[in-house]
Amino acid sequence: MADKNGFFDLSKTGLTSKTGLTRRTALKGLAAGAGLAVAPGFVRYSQAQSSAPIKIGFQSHRTGIGAAYGRWYEKTTAAAVKAINAAGGINGRQVEVIIEDDGTDPGRGAEVVGKFATQHKTDIVFGTLFSHVVIGSAPAAGENKMPYFVVSEGHHVASTKLNRYVFQPGITDVKSQIQSMAPWIAANAGKKVTQIFPDFAFGYDHRDYLPPALKAQGAEVIAQIAIPPTESSFTKYFPQIPAETEVIYHVMVGPAVLTFVKELGEFYGSNRPQLFGFIDSLEATDINSPGLEFLDGSHFWEGSPRYAQTDDSEAQKAYRAAVGIDDNGAAVGDPKDVSTAAHMFGCWETLYVVKKAMEDAGYKGPQDRAKLVEATEALTEFAEGPEHPQGPKTFNGKIHQCFGIQNISKIEGGKLKVVHKTKIEDGLYEAEGDYTTQAL
Amino acid sequence: MHFGPHLLLAALEGLVTSAVLALTALGLSLVFGVMRVVNVAHGEFFMLGAVLAWAITTAIGGHPALGFLAALVIAPLIVGAVALVAERLVLRRLNYNPEATIVATIGMLYIIQQLALTFYGPEARPVEPPFSYRILLPWFGYSGYKLSVISASALLLTATWLVLTRTRIGLVMRATQYDSETAQAFGIPVGRVYGGVFALGAMLAAIAAVLIVPISQAHYLMGQDPLLLSFIVVIIGGLGSLRGTVVAAVLIGLSDGIISMFFSPTLAKIIATLLVAMVLVFRPQGLFGTASR
Repeated sequence: MADKNGFFDLSKTGLTSKTGLTRRTALKGLAAGAGLAVAPGFVRYSQAQSSAPIKIGFQSHRTGIGAAYGRWYEKTTAAAVKAINAAGGINGRQVEVIIEDDGTDPGRGAEVVGKFATQHKTDIVFGTLFSHVVIGSAPAAGENKMPYFVVSEGHHVASTKLNRYVFQPGITDVKSQIQSMAPWIAANAGKKVTQIFPDFAFGYDHRDYLPPALKAQGAEVIAQIAIPPTESSFTKYFPQIPAETEVIYHVMVGPAVLTFVKELGEFYGSNRPQLFGFIDSLEATDINSPGLEFLDGSHFWEGSPRYAQTDDSEAQKAYRAAVGIDDNGAAVGDPKDVSTAAHMFGCWETLYVVKKAMEDAGYKGPQDRAKLVEATEALTEFAEGPEHPQGPKTFNGKIHQCFGIQNISKIEGGKLKVVHKTKIEDGLYEAEGDYTTQAL
Repeated sequence: MHFGPHLLLAALEGLVTSAVLALTALGLSLVFGVMRVVNVAHGEFFMLGAVLAWAITTAIGGHPALGFLAALVIAPLIVGAVALVAERLVLRRLNYNPEATIVATIGMLYIIQQLALTFYGPEARPVEPPFSYRILLPWFGYSGYKLSVISASALLLTATWLVLTRTRIGLVMRATQYDSETAQAFGIPVGRVYGGVFALGAMLAAIAAVLIVPISQAHYLMGQDPLLLSFIVVIIGGLGSLRGTVVAAVLIGLSDGIISMFFSPTLAKIIATLLVAMVLVFRPQGLFGTASR
């Protein structure tokens, strides 16, 4: 029975109730009630289209290897949506977030995008981190003509290998990050670099873009060690690190990252090469965990600093308070619950980009999705401020990618202290393609 | 690094894997051998042991060794109790029907995993090792705790072997495994033996997990690999054979350590799977198993 019919049957039973409820009408009413219960939102806004909320489908890594990120992405998103709604929403409409778990799995990710398009009928889809899930979900976004805003860090969006509906306006991609940091690595850490990276898409960005970036600075990658993302023990890989290595460049993801760093410590002790890591290797992990002492003095990339810095802007302070993280980057009230601060700011900033683009496009509903895509492509710059607390960014509408500053932080006294900030220009590269030439 | 030290490191890593694997697989092997139940949820009992170890060490605090020893005792007991309840509530009601119990234990797998996700969370959390001594070899450093895992596992395996061969409980279990109907006719409470064996199997997995958790971390998805490897070990070693399980665990652990170090981890998995196929083709009862009657 269709919801709609059921609904009218219910009103009829109300009228005829004087004559007593028959079992059949009671059943019909029950079915109608159930129909209403499983279809929230049904007819609620039919009389007032303009007051209906803008629905954002959030593809979240609630389970699977990305679950720690997923939880913090949800917290950041909730904080941003609260702030946007408190300030009047988007185009005068409130924002509603609908969360679906993708299990950090590409196949499931594509299904979730389809579900948002056909079942929840969301206006956009947002929020994915893991690169294999983005790559797996992108075709579904293209087929459903569903704008898909990811916060993934990978180079896949900017490579223009995906499609016109996929955007990454809130976090700089890996290729740009590497290019902007390579001069610092070559000048301060060492010239002979061994890379350790996860054996999937995100790791391949590092594998492919670090060697040329370092070569341009007179340094070289002397060994590349790929490790399966589900690996739980790492000592067996370390003998592959050449003895002449001056810098170990590590970027690991997944639940075993702490083991990786600990075993590296056991292997080398205090007599270690320089370490330069992406904080992905320790995101959501307390850097003061037992066994991590040997990291003292090593350097990390951070998108947004985990620890509050002395020169934090007012916007940064307000953002941290809104999301609910303390000066150590852990949840307020639970110092053991360490956030994924280096990445999750991207959720906050992406939502404000979506807001800006929807306002520019005069977005009314799913029929305006193409207009939204064009309005997003027309954006060029995001000024630092409450909407972009991580820092200023430029946006290239042809490759759907933003470019911001990167932080290099040093572990000192159990805290990460920013020692170098790159410039936006350091990370710019020639576009590899142009999404705007694709049909909408 | 030269070949000698490289091989030594590979062998050490392999032995640690073997030690934990032998304990886990022994639990699976006992359950299958005695009850004829393929316990797909075995890896989740392993995970539960690790998660409880984290909870217990965090609750106790103080010197890490204190919390660790408490976890080594309490975690397996709790896991054993959970397994016993599951056996009473689910497996027994299915009359230990082989097909039905597979489906039921798959269900248990998801229930335990999702409960862990709900109450423990998605993070990987570390447990401090009871002592952190780094053995300094001329070529590389190695964790002293890892070596102690190998010896602890050897001790536990010997103890299990003694229980199985030298005690009345072991006799009753072996009788049930050999022929449960005849055992029942001779007054052995087969139902209770089943309950005990299922709990014991889960406890062995939990002990293995408590031993490994200071090396890797407690995470709600950590049960998958041990389950797969345990199945491989049990198939190669022969069902219900303690000796076979230990030999197969050492074989798989060492080959995993050495092959993945000199070649690639993927190749190590390929070879282990190939070995399973070969055993199934040429010696279906396993290396040390007895042919079914």
